[in-house]
Amino acid sequence: MSSTQDRVIAIIAEQAVLEPSDITLDSTLEDLGIDSLGLVESIFAIEEAFDISVPFNANTPEDSDFDISSVRAIIMGIEKLIAEQA
Amino acid sequence: MKRVVITGAGTINALGTNVPETLEAMREGRCGISELNIRDVERLSIRIGGQVRNYDPESQFNRQQLALYDRFTQFTLIAAREAIAQSGLSFDDDLAARAGVVLGNSGGGMTTLDENYRSVYEEGKNRVHPFVVPKLMNNAAASHLSMEFNLKGPAFTVSTACASSNHAMAQAFQMVHGGITPVMVTGGSESMLCFGGVKAWEGLRVMSRDACRPFSANRNGMVQGEGAAIFVFEELEHARKRGAAIMAEVAGFAMTSDASDIVMPSKQGAARAITGALRDARINRDQVGYINAHGTGTAANDKTECAAVADVFGPHADKLMISSTKSMHAHLIGGTGAVELLACIMALRDGIVAPTIGYEEPDPECALDVVPNVAREARVEVALSNAFAFGGLNAVLALRRFA
Repeated sequence: MSSTQDRVIAIIAEQAVLEPSDITLDSTLEDLGIDSLGLVESIFAIEEAFDISVPFNANTPEDSDFDISSVRAIIMGIEKLIAEQA
Repeated sequence: MKRVVITGAGTINALGTNVPETLEAMREGRCGISELNIRDVERLSIRIGGQVRNYDPESQFNRQQLALYDRFTQFTLIAAREAIAQSGLSFDDDLAARAGVVLGNSGGGMTTLDENYRSVYEEGKNRVHPFVVPKLMNNAAASHLSMEFNLKGPAFTVSTACASSNHAMAQAFQMVHGGITPVMVTGGSESMLCFGGVKAWEGLRVMSRDACRPFSANRNGMVQGEGAAIFVFEELEHARKRGAAIMAEVAGFAMTSDASDIVMPSKQGAARAITGALRDARINRDQVGYINAHGTGTAANDKTECAAVADVFGPHADKLMISSTKSMHAHLIGGTGAVELLACIMALRDGIVAPTIGYEEPDPECALDVVPNVAREARVEVALSNAFAFGGLNAVLALRRFA
């Protein structure tokens, strides 16, 4: 699949201290044991890796214009941000 | 009031990675000050420090911990693990609910601040790691210590520059002494040996380019160090009941403010703190055998401190020993009183008084027995530890040999 997907999964796997093969597209961050600090650290790593700015506010994650409900949603959101930037 | 004893000690500093190594270096009069190994050192005019050498954080902490722990927090936890292991305490139930931690620290996560300022100002980056704030805050070390050891009582950080650790340990003493809690973990740490940290100190023009030589007529300033020391302060009966080994008794303290100048020390302020500590501990001045001096190696501190000691002790000033171990481990700023308390414990428990090394020429304004260059064996019943901070804030602790 896309390298974006592989790279995002690698970042999430590192945060969760898991192998990339353990991460499925349907996994939620909660399933993977990533807490709120782990989430903001992952978003930072994603921003650094793709040189994008992710519109995520840790105070009101549900109101943020960025869906974090599953690994798939996160990857789609990032692909959209990359496309918008291009 | 409850009697308070020390049942655990831990440290990491330029002299060693634990208490036995540090005390051995103090006994041998070894110097931990050397060329600084930090980024952009070539742009500094001060290039020496008491840096912790051969330090491998990965051997102590995992990746997630390192993302959250500034160097001053890492040092704190390493020292705390040694101290709490030695005490033999584990914090559960009622003891966990009451025991707490008070630490001294001045600069907070200065290396974190330095690295991130560098990235946004020098490298022009517009994004910083999300943990910058929880990493650099001055209370981070106290908080992580409370989390690692389950300490749920009073926990906070005291920041009074070079007197931070003594103020912190005095607070911890008072809490155990007053019966609020049977155990407090206390001490202090500092890590500001980074480009910005040293550059700021350079600005004051009180730093030596070659060595810290307290009380010596040719002294030319202070040298900055880094590290931590942590202690377990425990109520005497609590320690006795569980058969804990007791290192020394904390007998009393005093704090004073000069209320006069932001950097120049005051003889009266220092003397009032020393006198106050003796009064608080109900110790006669002729019982004091050793003073661990603030002894920074600056012209102003050392002569003012000696004058204060002469005033307080009168003829006994010539009989007691006073040394500055900063000549060996350098000045740990907010952590310095904690590392220096180790020298007081060594004097009381082991009967060995740490020397003032680098002593080359007598100064008539510092005409006391400064234990020049070589450690000395002596039976010491009472030891004082002086800390006189910028801002005119003084804190003196009195310790008694526990027999």
